[in-house]
Amino acid sequence: MNATNLHLFVLVVPLLSALAINLLGRRSRQWIAPMVLGSLAFSVFGSIIVMARVIEHGTLRYTVGNWQPPYGIELVVDPLSALMMVLISVVALLASFSSLKSVEQELPGREHFFFTLYMILIAGLFGLVLTGDAFNLYVLLEITSITTYGLIAMGKGRAALSSFNYIIMGSIAACFYLLGIGYIYILTGTLNMADIARILPTLDAPVATATAIAFVLVGLWIKMAFFPLHSWLPNAYSQAPTGAGTLIAPLMTKVTVYLMVRVIFTMYTPALVFTHEWIAQGVVWAAAFAIICGSVLALGQKDLRRMLTYIIVAEVGYMVGGIFLANANGLTGSILHIVNDALMTLCLFLVVAAIIYRQGSVSLVSLQGIFRRMPITMAAFTLGAFAMIGVPPTCGFFSKWYLILGGIDGGHWEFVIALVISSLINAVLFFRIIELAYFGSLQEGEHHEHSVTERHEAPWWMLSPLVLTAVILIVVGLSTGPLVNNVIRLMIPVGF
Amino acid sequence: MTPIVSFWPLAAILVSLLGALPIILSDRQPNLRESWTILIALVKLTIVASLLPWILEGGSYVFTIAQVIPGVPIELRVDALGMIFALVASCLWLFTSIYSIGYMRALDEHAQTRYFASFAVAISATLGIAFAGNLLTLYLFYEVLSLSTYPLVTHKQNAEARSSGRKYLTYILGTSIGLALPAMLITYSLAGTLDFTTGGILAGKASPEILALLVVLFLFGFAKAGLMPFHGWLPAAMVAPTPVSSFLHGVAVVKAGVFAIFRVIFHILGPETLQSADLGSLITYIASVTILVASLIALTQDSMKRRLAYSTIGQLAYMVLGAGMLSALGMLGGIMHLAMHAFGKITLFFCAGAIYVASKKKNISQMDGLGRRMPITYMAFFLGSLSIIGMPPLGGFISKWNLLLGAVEGDQLVLIIVLLVSSLLNAAYFFPIVYRGFFMPATDGEKEGIKEAPLFCLIPLSVTALVSLSLFFFPDTLLRLARMALGF
Repeated sequence: MNATNLHLFVLVVPLLSALAINLLGRRSRQWIAPMVLGSLAFSVFGSIIVMARVIEHGTLRYTVGNWQPPYGIELVVDPLSALMMVLISVVALLASFSSLKSVEQELPGREHFFFTLYMILIAGLFGLVLTGDAFNLYVLLEITSITTYGLIAMGKGRAALSSFNYIIMGSIAACFYLLGIGYIYILTGTLNMADIARILPTLDAPVATATAIAFVLVGLWIKMAFFPLHSWLPNAYSQAPTGAGTLIAPLMTKVTVYLMVRVIFTMYTPALVFTHEWIAQGVVWAAAFAIICGSVLALGQKDLRRMLTYIIVAEVGYMVGGIFLANANGLTGSILHIVNDALMTLCLFLVVAAIIYRQGSVSLVSLQGIFRRMPITMAAFTLGAFAMIGVPPTCGFFSKWYLILGGIDGGHWEFVIALVISSLINAVLFFRIIELAYFGSLQEGEHHEHSVTERHEAPWWMLSPLVLTAVILIVVGLSTGPLVNNVIRLMIPVGF
Repeated sequence: MTPIVSFWPLAAILVSLLGALPIILSDRQPNLRESWTILIALVKLTIVASLLPWILEGGSYVFTIAQVIPGVPIELRVDALGMIFALVASCLWLFTSIYSIGYMRALDEHAQTRYFASFAVAISATLGIAFAGNLLTLYLFYEVLSLSTYPLVTHKQNAEARSSGRKYLTYILGTSIGLALPAMLITYSLAGTLDFTTGGILAGKASPEILALLVVLFLFGFAKAGLMPFHGWLPAAMVAPTPVSSFLHGVAVVKAGVFAIFRVIFHILGPETLQSADLGSLITYIASVTILVASLIALTQDSMKRRLAYSTIGQLAYMVLGAGMLSALGMLGGIMHLAMHAFGKITLFFCAGAIYVASKKKNISQMDGLGRRMPITYMAFFLGSLSIIGMPPLGGFISKWNLLLGAVEGDQLVLIIVLLVSSLLNAAYFFPIVYRGFFMPATDGEKEGIKEAPLFCLIPLSVTALVSLSLFFFPDTLLRLARMALGF
């Protein structure tokens, strides 16, 4: 193995293991767990080494098949993509422990299909953060989408319909993105991002440039479920198999937000995107609206998992708004929130998986008195909830800090107010559940189906990644300073 | 003097935070579990006390926990003001721990392990607030304190506890996220730092309007100080077991709110900056209204703990009032009252708990003649109430005297009237309790059986009452610390 191209192997190993899982997993289920965990563990170590290398030596570039850019496909690892690689690999590894257990329960006999798609999805996500080519990005976006459709459709009940709904929305999104890239190709004659960024400012075609980026952005907004383009997400995420939800929910929307950062700051220049002030202002207003609406819709849910999906919609508003504040603090907050939100969502979805494994449902009614039955799970849930509310020193506080600061810097008080209100609503949302879980049913003699009070904790396969994630929430929160200084600051253009 | 980098402030916080673990692990051995609690309390008090000499010499300790935001690390800094709060809190925690053992066992309460563990986390957070070196760190521990006290407030786990818990979180968490957090961010974006600095960090950086906004946001944002109209959580929180009410809602939690407001007025906004923007009167008026209204409501309460709660609300506003006077003696009186009130009020709560343990009585109207059966408890209660009213020879006199002098010095007639009227009201709601206890005939049919509460309850309340008394004669250390905190 040529260690200089380690970042490529981080992507390739899960991809190859996907094929192997399909072939060997068919024969014996025992092959699946070691291959999934082994290849993802490799990716974790690989991406951490790549990250250290990038911080030390600067951006790495790799030309696939030695075709030189702008014609060949270029893989670029800058500090931000290295950070995303670490994030994806860590989240995927932690999620897979829990997924292995819940898939075994929910999809017996189909594990090899599930994990084939699962690993291809992870490889696709690595590809998305690595690629330096706008069209290649489209291809990878489709790879991740198609695998996601498949994974969601394996769920019970109306999952197939939700997946179909998602396919339609996802395909529309892909069309928008592709059209935008088409325009850009017509304008610049290249698909390499760095090349596009070099050529675009020299052109005198403001309308065409703006149209192109508008198409690209709308495409991405549908994919990330930016309110009001979010309608596909709650159904899709809450009806997917539990094991798929723990991977998709933390990563998909966040990676798409990353792509938006990439498109705006690497393919375009911020000057080109944020020239018309009213557009940026409009998007921030839309984001504020998204935050409030997502939070309020979450209030109306009677199922923990559905509630979380609406919180994801609100959180997407955080990140989009932060980027379109068009200032350094806002961008820092958004990028930080990509990391933090992925981890918080992972924590909460791991809780969902653990509870579903034990009692089959996470409807709010079934959570009554669950503190007694699953104390460790609920302790982790409480930490995840604190992070979502934004209680220091959990990581959620610090990204919110930067986002609010960005809002104050930019004079966007509507965004500041939306963030504060959303924190308050999150407090209501989560304490409602903590209260239910802590007090249980107060009427004596009323026996619920789940009112067994003896301790019945989730298996260690699900519990250990959960506890680890909860600890990570605090560790990442306390290392916000180094994270911002060593990685995120490097992404902020000079004079921005 | 240059600050000394020291691990000990963090150790003082960690002792009880990590101490929660052995407490949880010795779930099934109550004696061992309570030994842990006492041991931790002793170690903590020792560490805090060992930091005192250097602070009295004018030095300070710092320790940076993590770099999180440019210019605002999570940092501990022990100075004179923090020392006062830390000393009071860690000293009273020891008494409360002893008292808790007597109280919880006498009543055979459930979930005692959770109770003692949450208590340990709460006291950690309290010391964190005392030792916080900047506003962000203070906010961090403030939130930890809010959350760790939730299981204590809702300890009974019945419908009443649930609705009180809801109220508690709504007020405390709602205001800290909705008001204090934005205020802190506005301050940071104006000043670029949140370090506690003598004279404040906003001099010349904010217009009077912004300052006024910040004052309002901070005063109400730290709702643990119970300024009206954000006081409703405190009477509701009285549903908690009495040691919780006495320590957290007489000392740690409520004073954390006042302490945060002190920090903001003295070390963030700055007395001189506030003076030049003429905002002192804004603070004193808000506080005055709370003092009078809370005292009046206290008169009408029949439930002992609720009367004490409204009394606390009024007394907390005294401290804010003192800080808001922005005059040397007024601010000194405010700081002194934080300590004096703590010893007085915890005595009263301990007594209320002792009465409940001994007789199961919660309402003042049922307590006729109890004083003759529980003379020690009632004597302690009498001393505690004298201290709160502000009569010599008890500690409360010193702080109220300084407050009054501050009002005279500032030539603020309205405040002088408020202070005097309120003292009368204090007397009016405390003395009847003592009078009923000693001089009214006991209700028929229950003359038998009621005697003093267990020693575990009785000793702490006697000690705190005596400390209240001795603080009148030996206030020097506290006065010196308070003067140093104000920079003169």
